[in-house]
Amino acid sequence: MSNELSALGIIFTEFYYWVTVVFMFLIHAGFCIYEVAASRRKNHVHTLMKNTMLIPLVTITFFFFGWWIYFAFSNGPGITGGLNSAPWAEPWSELMGAHMGKGADGWERINGVFWAAFLLFSWTAASIVSGSVIERIKSSAFWILAVLIGSVFWVIDAAWGWSADGWMVQLLGYHDAYASGVIHAIAGGFALGVLIPLGARIGKFAPDGTPRNINPHNPWLVTVGLFMIFTGFWGFYVACNIPMWDIQAGDETFFSATNIYLGPTTLSAITFNFLMSFSGGLLSAYVVSKGDAFWTYSGGLAGIIAASAGNDLYHPIQAMLIAAAVVPIIYKMHFWVERRFKIDDAVGAVAVHGYAGFFGVVIAGFMLWGYPSSPNPDYATINPLGQFIGAIIMFGVLGFLPGYVSAKILKSFDMLRIPEHVEIAGLDIVHEESVKNDTDALRAAELEAAKNI
Amino acid sequence: MTGDFTNWAGKIADIGPIYPFVGSEGLLVIVGVALWLGWHIMQTKQENQEHRESVKHSKEELDEIINRN
Repeated sequence: MSNELSALGIIFTEFYYWVTVVFMFLIHAGFCIYEVAASRRKNHVHTLMKNTMLIPLVTITFFFFGWWIYFAFSNGPGITGGLNSAPWAEPWSELMGAHMGKGADGWERINGVFWAAFLLFSWTAASIVSGSVIERIKSSAFWILAVLIGSVFWVIDAAWGWSADGWMVQLLGYHDAYASGVIHAIAGGFALGVLIPLGARIGKFAPDGTPRNINPHNPWLVTVGLFMIFTGFWGFYVACNIPMWDIQAGDETFFSATNIYLGPTTLSAITFNFLMSFSGGLLSAYVVSKGDAFWTYSGGLAGIIAASAGNDLYHPIQAMLIAAAVVPIIYKMHFWVERRFKIDDAVGAVAVHGYAGFFGVVIAGFMLWGYPSSPNPDYATINPLGQFIGAIIMFGVLGFLPGYVSAKILKSFDMLRIPEHVEIAGLDIVHEESVKNDTDALRAAELEAAKNI
Repeated sequence: MTGDFTNWAGKIADIGPIYPFVGSEGLLVIVGVALWLGWHIMQTKQENQEHRESVKHSKEELDEIINRN
C-alpha cells in the first residue's frame, strides 16, 4: 500500500467484508432463537447447544481445510485441470494470521475477512440442516454432519460453481449469484439425505400414516428468529459481491461492484431485488398458507432464495414474480413429501432452502439465457440445461448423496439417533432434574433461614 | 523481517508476519487438529454417558406416568 488510492481501495474492501460478517452473525443468533422456539420445552437446552456448537466446530475446520478446498478444487480436480496451488489458504501459511504484507499481493488484508465471509456461509449451510433434525438426532452425530456440510461439501460446490474460474462456470455456464443452489439447495438436499435414515419423531405420524402437527412451542419467538435471519441475510447478499473491481475490458477503466464471477452488478440492484423477492414470497405464502405465521415468514425466505441465483441482474418485478410463483410450489411439495414419504422435516428446511434453491437455479437458466457467465468470453454462456445440471449437482450430488451416505454410516454404528426413552422424556431430562434439585436445595435453605428471622 | 519485534522502526513494507513464534505454524496446525478430533471423542463419550443416565431416569418417570393412568 504505497499510495493513498490503493490503500483506500484495499482497506475499504477489508472493512466491507468485515461489516458483512458482523451482519451475518445475526443469521446465527436468529437460527438459535428460531430452533429453540420450534422445539418442545423438554428439548430446549440441547436444541440450543446443538446449533451453537456447530459454530466453533465449523470455524476451526474451515480454518484447517475448508478455505484451502475453495481455492484448490475449482477444476474438480480432474475436470478442467488438477488441484490448484493456494498457499495463502493453507492452515500453516503465514498469511493465515497477522501479517503486514511483504510479498502478499493484498492477501494480508483480505484473507481473514474473506475467509470469515465464507465461513459465515458455512455456518448457514450447517444451520439449515440443524433445524430439520431437531429433537431426535444425537448432538455428536449432528456435529460430524455439520463439519461435512459446512467445511467440505458446500465448499466444494462453491469451488465448482461459485468462483470466477470454477469448472461449472466454464463448462456449464453456471450462474448462481446469491447462492440459491450453492448454499440453499445443497443444504436442503443434505438435510433430506439425513432425514431418511434418521426417521420421524415419535408420534409425528398416526398409525394410518397421517402426519400430526408438532407445533412450535413459541410461535412469536419463531418470528423473531426469522426476522433476525432476514436481517443477517442482507449481510449475506452484500458479502456475495466484490465491492470494487475494474470491469472494463481493454485498456480503459470502469470500477463497479461485481458478483462472485466478476460480472457487473450494483448494491442498488441487489437491494431492489432482495426486498422485492422477499415481498413476493411473503404475499404468496400468506395466501397459500391461509395466514399461517410460520409459513408466511418461511415463504418470505423461500421467495428470496428462489430469486437469488439471478438477483444480480433481474428486474425487481421479475424477482417478485419469481418469488411469488415458487413459494406455493415448495409449500405444496413440503406437505406432499411429508405425507407420501413420511419425512419429518421439523422446520420445513428442505422445502424452503432445498426446493426453492433448486427452482431458483433452474429459473435463472431461462431468465438469463445467453448472458455471459463470466467476463471470460471462452466460458459457456448461461443456459437452461447448464443450470438444470447445476441444480442437480447442488441438491443431489453434493447435497443429498453425502447427507444420506454419512447418516447411514452413523446409523450403522448406532451413533445417529437418541434412545427412544430419552426422546419421549425429553433430551433435557437430566438437566431439568439438576435444575429441580438446585431449586429444592435453595428453597430448603430459604426456609431454614426463615426460621431464624 | 518476521516475528520477535522490539520496535516498529524498520521499513514496514518489508515486514511479513507479526505474530510471535513465526515458524511454528505446522506444529500449531497439528495441535489444533488434535484438539478438534479429541473434542469429538470426548463429547461423544459424554453424550453416551448422559443418555445412559437419561434412559434410567426416563424409564422411572415413564413407569410413574403409565401407573398413574
